[in-house]
Amino acid sequence: MINFFNQFGSQLIFKTWQHIYISGISLGLGVIVAIPLGVVLTRYKRISGFVIGLASVLQTIPAMALLAMMIPIFGIGAKPAIVALFIYSLLPILRNTYLGMENVDPTLRDAAKGMGMSNFQSIMRVELPLAAPVIMAGVRLSATYVIAWTALASYIGAGGLGDFIFNGLNLYRSDLILGGSIPVIILALVVDFLLGRLELLLTPKTTEEG
Amino acid sequence: MIQILSEGDGKGMLLSMEHLTKVYPGGKTAVDDFNLEVEKGEFICFIGTSGSGKTTTMRMINRMLEQSSGTIKINGEDIAQMNPVKLRRKIGYVIQNVGLMPHMTIRDNITLVPKLLKWPVEKRNERAKEMIKLVELPEEFLDRYPSELSGGQQQRIGVIRALAADQDIILMDEPFGALDPITRESLQDLVKDLQEKSGKTFIFVTHDMDEALSLATRVVIMSYGKQVQVDTPDNILRHPANKFVADLIGQDRLIQARPSITTVGQVATKAISAREDQTLKQALGEMHTKRVDTLLVTNNEGKLTGFVGIERLNHYYGSGKRIGDIMDSNVFYVRKDSVIRDTVDRILKRGFRNVPVIDDDGKLIGIVTRATLVDIVYDALWGEADKSNSNDSGQTKETEDNPDKEAGKTESQAEVTQTTEDGDQK
Repeated sequence: MINFFNQFGSQLIFKTWQHIYISGISLGLGVIVAIPLGVVLTRYKRISGFVIGLASVLQTIPAMALLAMMIPIFGIGAKPAIVALFIYSLLPILRNTYLGMENVDPTLRDAAKGMGMSNFQSIMRVELPLAAPVIMAGVRLSATYVIAWTALASYIGAGGLGDFIFNGLNLYRSDLILGGSIPVIILALVVDFLLGRLELLLTPKTTEEG
Repeated sequence: MIQILSEGDGKGMLLSMEHLTKVYPGGKTAVDDFNLEVEKGEFICFIGTSGSGKTTTMRMINRMLEQSSGTIKINGEDIAQMNPVKLRRKIGYVIQNVGLMPHMTIRDNITLVPKLLKWPVEKRNERAKEMIKLVELPEEFLDRYPSELSGGQQQRIGVIRALAADQDIILMDEPFGALDPITRESLQDLVKDLQEKSGKTFIFVTHDMDEALSLATRVVIMSYGKQVQVDTPDNILRHPANKFVADLIGQDRLIQARPSITTVGQVATKAISAREDQTLKQALGEMHTKRVDTLLVTNNEGKLTGFVGIERLNHYYGSGKRIGDIMDSNVFYVRKDSVIRDTVDRILKRGFRNVPVIDDDGKLIGIVTRATLVDIVYDALWGEADKSNSNDSGQTKETEDNPDKEAGKTESQAEVTQTTEDGDQK
């Protein structure tokens, strides 16, 4: 163990950073695109079925295949990986945003509109705050997926902790395999924990005590 | 049957709805040619069975729904030309399920519209305190969340939320439908009180007839998208436009309401009377054939001038005098358009067995006997219509009795319109 850290310590830190970087950007893009898209879909229900269906189809493409498909378009490296992982992150966030918004009590939407809130105000002040727990659940799910699949992105030269795992597989070195996969697991758990705290923070108070 | 109460171009009217029609996609006509003019300070109740279009009509006023045709004007301005968001901020809105924002404190809920209108914070806080006092809830509640309040308390907040930004028109969509009867009643009192104090205009949708009759200044009865009757609660109780309205009101309520809406003129029975210039002999003959001991006396125009009893007649008999000379002109009477409720007490307290009824010109049109009152009280208590609409003459053949000696000047305070009761005398 100590041996492993002596030998790969600096590399481990670098690869971990790469891993965080790739998954972070993918997830960030996913959040930026999927939440607004989900909100918009609640206002255009006719196309919502189609869009969510499309996202579901993308989700069914095997991760490896999707990564490979990016190579002809974006070459190799971090960029194709980020695009592929971004596509994966979309569905859980999109679906949860849509459902979360839809599940807001229609009475409240009616009240907000009837009070004289604009569509935007209704979304920002009423619907999104109330949908926050459901949306955050989607984000947490996406985060776990993306962190796990970022390990695969090493296959198309994106770097990250996957490098250890693939090297370990090629060289039959279990210390490298474990040295790559354990940090991925820890990373996923930590991120999920942090996002859980964020979820609590974003969930609006509905009682005085909180 | 559509009744347009006030004609005119809607000028000076706070709210006017003209030929309002709403057809839903698929061809269902929810509202059909709805016309209504509302003055400031009115309390209008829309009532009808479900699917009668009452809520649809109300929701067109704040453009939660758009009408298919027709116009709605507020202060003469067509709301179709207004920004719907700005329009809604000027119209209070209370819904059945309260719709308080669960993630906002009571303070934020009350001042939701003022905040949208960008009132400064201090003014908003002040208004929140003012408002919560209005509904008799403690100020500490301002920092609580809706889930910590009872249903009745929540709807109190719902009501003041609709008033907090000084809205001129308040729309209420079955606001108390989900509350228990006791809470509902206290909220009804509260709303009526708030409305009277504030002088604001309320449009109130309900399917509860008691609620409509006790709150409204005018009731709009709707059925299948059409207005069936638009009138004051009293007039609706007195003259239901058709069987539908009568059924909606319910037989019990119609009967129970009778003493407070029935006028004396409606229940008066024929009086036995004589003219001033008749001889005493004629009068005695009349008493004999009608089996009464007292005659009411009228002049030639039929105006009530007095009464004469058998003792007095006997005393002067053979003196050659006319009835007018010997009659007692100190007679207690009631006007035909006073309502029974106000009259009963007076009649009973004075111990009269019957009281003459006169019209606006002072003409004698009949009498109210104790037997008539018994009928009305009986009906009100026992609810049975008993077929007797209690205004047919002839069911009480009573002895005309002396309407005592007491000075009896009565002025009726009831200003309700009367039904026809021709004042012809025999």
